[in-house]
Amino acid sequence: MISAFFIYNQKGEVLISRLYRQDLKRSVADIFRIQVISNTDVRSPIITLGSTSFFHVRHDNLYIVAVTKCNANAALVFEFCYRLVNIGKAYFGKFDEEAVKNNFVLIYELLDEVLDFGYPQNSETETLKMYITTESVKSQRAVKEDSSKITIQATGATSWRRSDIKYRKNEAFIDVIESVNLLMSTKGTTLRADVSGQIMMRAYLSGTPECKFGLNDKLLLEKDTSHRGLSQKRTNAVEIDDCQFHQCVKLGKFDSDRTISFVPPDGEFELMRYRTTENVNLPFRVHPVVNEIGKSRVEYRVTVKANFSPKLIANNVVIRIPTPLNTANINIHVDAGKARYVPAENSIVWKLSRFQGQSEETLSGEAELSSMTVKKAWSRPPISMDFQVLMFTSSGLMVRFLKVFEKSNYTSVKWVRYMTKAGSYQIRF
Amino acid sequence: MNDFRVTKPKFFATTKKGENYELRADLNSEYRDRRKDAIKKVIANMTVGKDVSGLFPDVLKNMQTEDLEQKKLVYLYLMNYAKTQPELVILAVNTFVKDTDDINPLIRALAIRTMGCIRVEKIIDYLCEPLRKCLKDDNPYVRKTAAICVAKLYDLNPELATENGFVAVLQEMVSDSNPMVVANAVTALAEINEASITKDIFVINTSTLTKLLVALNECTEWGRIAILTALADYRPSDSKEAEHIVERVIPQFQHVNGSVVLSAIKVVMIYMRTIKTDEMLSQLVRKMAPPLVTLLASAPEVQYVALRNINLILQKRSDILQNEIRVFFCKYNDPPYVKLEKLEIMIKLANDRNVDQLLSELKEYASEVDVDFVRKSVRAIGQCAVKIDEAAERCINVLLDLINTKVNYVVQEAIIVIKDIFRKYPNNYEGIIPTLCQNLEVLDEPEAKASLIWIIGEYAERIENADELLATFLDTFRDENSQVQLQLVTATVKLFLKKPQTTQNIVWRLLQIATSECDNPDIRDRAYVYWRLLSTDPQAAKAVVLSGRPVISVQGNTLSGPLLEELINNISTLASVYHKPPETFLGRGRFGADAVQRRAIEEQEEASRESPIQAQVKTNIENLLDLDFNDNSTPTSNTPPSSSKSTDATANVDDLLDLFGGSNINNDLSTPPQSSSSNNHQNNGLTNDLVSLF
Repeated sequence: MISAFFIYNQKGEVLISRLYRQDLKRSVADIFRIQVISNTDVRSPIITLGSTSFFHVRHDNLYIVAVTKCNANAALVFEFCYRLVNIGKAYFGKFDEEAVKNNFVLIYELLDEVLDFGYPQNSETETLKMYITTESVKSQRAVKEDSSKITIQATGATSWRRSDIKYRKNEAFIDVIESVNLLMSTKGTTLRADVSGQIMMRAYLSGTPECKFGLNDKLLLEKDTSHRGLSQKRTNAVEIDDCQFHQCVKLGKFDSDRTISFVPPDGEFELMRYRTTENVNLPFRVHPVVNEIGKSRVEYRVTVKANFSPKLIANNVVIRIPTPLNTANINIHVDAGKARYVPAENSIVWKLSRFQGQSEETLSGEAELSSMTVKKAWSRPPISMDFQVLMFTSSGLMVRFLKVFEKSNYTSVKWVRYMTKAGSYQIRF
Repeated sequence: MNDFRVTKPKFFATTKKGENYELRADLNSEYRDRRKDAIKKVIANMTVGKDVSGLFPDVLKNMQTEDLEQKKLVYLYLMNYAKTQPELVILAVNTFVKDTDDINPLIRALAIRTMGCIRVEKIIDYLCEPLRKCLKDDNPYVRKTAAICVAKLYDLNPELATENGFVAVLQEMVSDSNPMVVANAVTALAEINEASITKDIFVINTSTLTKLLVALNECTEWGRIAILTALADYRPSDSKEAEHIVERVIPQFQHVNGSVVLSAIKVVMIYMRTIKTDEMLSQLVRKMAPPLVTLLASAPEVQYVALRNINLILQKRSDILQNEIRVFFCKYNDPPYVKLEKLEIMIKLANDRNVDQLLSELKEYASEVDVDFVRKSVRAIGQCAVKIDEAAERCINVLLDLINTKVNYVVQEAIIVIKDIFRKYPNNYEGIIPTLCQNLEVLDEPEAKASLIWIIGEYAERIENADELLATFLDTFRDENSQVQLQLVTATVKLFLKKPQTTQNIVWRLLQIATSECDNPDIRDRAYVYWRLLSTDPQAAKAVVLSGRPVISVQGNTLSGPLLEELINNISTLASVYHKPPETFLGRGRFGADAVQRRAIEEQEEASRESPIQAQVKTNIENLLDLDFNDNSTPTSNTPPSSSKSTDATANVDDLLDLFGGSNINNDLSTPPQSSSSNNHQNNGLTNDLVSLF
């Protein structure tokens, strides 16, 4: 499988190099630098030279590179690279050149643990933190566990949870975070609208709790009602196109009767991800009117309307409106928020810190263009939007229940929050 | 005086003894912290690529320690430099063997893991006993590490691993009670099986099958992939067994890790060949679609792998994503490699119901900045027209809109695809010919020029000034690209056959230039053939030149049946990304079978035809690259001049092939024409394998 693993900085200097197999030498590191880092036209994340394949992923100011000499599982290699980035983030807060340089000994230790002979081993951060520790991680975990217990647990069927966890107050927090993606055509029709959601859980529960989790999942509810012979229709059910679960969820059980049951890891984790395309409530409508007048002027009139309940408020709303490359000067007028021209991004950036539900705001302005010798049509990149709306889900998804069963039969407190934010929210004009 | 003597040599000494000198002192320091810091510095130097092998004995001294972190660092150093100091490695053996008896399982595992990575003959003899012990260790963590170690040992010395019964133990470990041990045993067995000559090391029977299916639901994501890969190689005895296994695999579609999902899809795709019940098959098709779509929400690199695989799956089961074309629409900020793949899939999914939507989307892409993407988008419009009869007219209208934008490369690409549309639907859209002819001057690419000239020749009788248009090329004939020249000769002859009265002069002049002033034998010969044909029997000439042409379809993007099946066996791997069988890009080609060589020759030909200079440059790089890797390669290929020589050699091969008609070879092989630019790199890799044969 993976023969070597490298981390480079942006200049192409090797920060980490670990060979797992003897079929290549360390000098392949230079080949990658020459062929990819110093090459301005790289059109694939995989490059095969001779019989050596380089897989690379960019994160922050780093190149994370895996090298193979076989018909490797490409999806696995990339997933692994991203996993390593996540482990790095969990250990050091962020994973960039500085973090790698400051922690290179620990990274070598981690690499020795997560890959053996090029095959990925246990890569769960929670498990790794039990036996690969730094000063900072050590201090968090006061108890140093017996290593034979650790290892048995690390390889066991519930490798993600220690058995002796105790909390005085048993609590579980659930965050439903939805990213709404939109692609609107120039004519104002919706080309694509979908929601990718994430359910994050923070579990502070004692012992080995068995949890059952319920959503207003249409398939499940329909099954329930037909089962009980009831005819009432539930209109607020959501059709989930597809979902993925954290490895603690029993997939077989979900496949047979769509119940989500699991023994959660301790602390924060992503319980599930889901995707919906039916009946997406778009939180914002954008009506752009952009006219190119001759070769010297572009007129803008962009109206944004909030489509959610007036009781709710959107935060951190940012609207990016592209301008032609040869823009010389811009006059903008807005009634709310602040708008300014950012030449580096070739766009007008309009920021509103609060946006009340059902309200409407307008930006009007004009861009003056400098004259150009070569007349090349402006490619008109789409307007893009950023926002956060609390206590609102674009898909209409709701958490119906979270039940916790444990031997000692303690009561637990559960909290649920909802948030919708912009994924790739693009409006063509 | 004394001072002078001391300072002068010191000045030289700093460069000579340097950092390593200081490090050596620190490594032998009496203070523990200082020694540890020195080891860290040594590792840092090793990372940067400095040679610190000289410090071997000094680092080794620090191996015996209670400090686990320090031990790991020393081990890391050992793995890197053991080969350079085989004599000294023996000194480390004692510590290793002692560590495999440690009470701490982490240390036992660490020792056995590291020992396996030290590839020195002498140490292997000492490895067997500890390995035997660790394979039977009470602790699963140690066992799972030992399982991989067997694969390491086999890689180094297959006889030893078999004779000592390690492979047999590994086979037993598939039935271990711990899921992770099972997964690693499967991984190790698969690797050994691959490397073995007999390929009978890892055979799944009914009892191991049950064990694997149980472990599948319990082990880590990577373990699941190992098990799924093993399942994919298993051939179920009948439809019922296949259904049973597939039912156990399907839940994995819900896993967060995209590579687990793809591996599960691979198993299902393969088993679908065995499953006979229609109901089950349609259920599987239905269940496979959502996870495939979800993969498009993952990181761009994973998306890319997924898209290449979706491309394969669609060729096998075209009904799978029928209503999902929208999810493949490109986002403005998708990386270029993702956009191009999405484009290919959109064409595959195009039908008369979604074509309007697709066309407006493609038109949008045609105004983007990336030239390559814009061209492919325009080409996609043409492919829609050829694929869907009802949509041809709408496609033509979109193309005309694009031609009116006057963006040079858009116009050229549009003309190339319009030629294809004319081939597919002859005598339907001549109305647009005048618009096309207006753009004759702006065309500067051979393919676009040749396409327009072909159109002029084909519809000469309906273009009033066809003779004038063609005549403009007469003066510049010699400077044109050979593709354009060939097309000019044919088009002029067509023109003459259709309008003999007025065009005699042109055709005579052109044939004369082509036969007397042209260096290219292909063009000369074609001109002679036409000339003789025209002078002996004009009726026969008409029958030959103006005969009906075979109908075209969307070509280039579909693979042949057997190749497609082989690639489906390789879903999620590099082979599925390149759409090529693994042996075409793996190193074994150096001593590989005939087939591989011939494939390589073909690839080489294709690559050099596309861009001769670039291919040659690349070849040189490849040579250097493989020279660098193969320390045990033959001395001749290690001499620097060989790289320049071998380029000559390949050029010769090219010529030879041309002589003997390379097309015969092409026909034998199932490899399709190159479809995406990402394959080029690998293309050149093959070139290299070929080159190294000489």
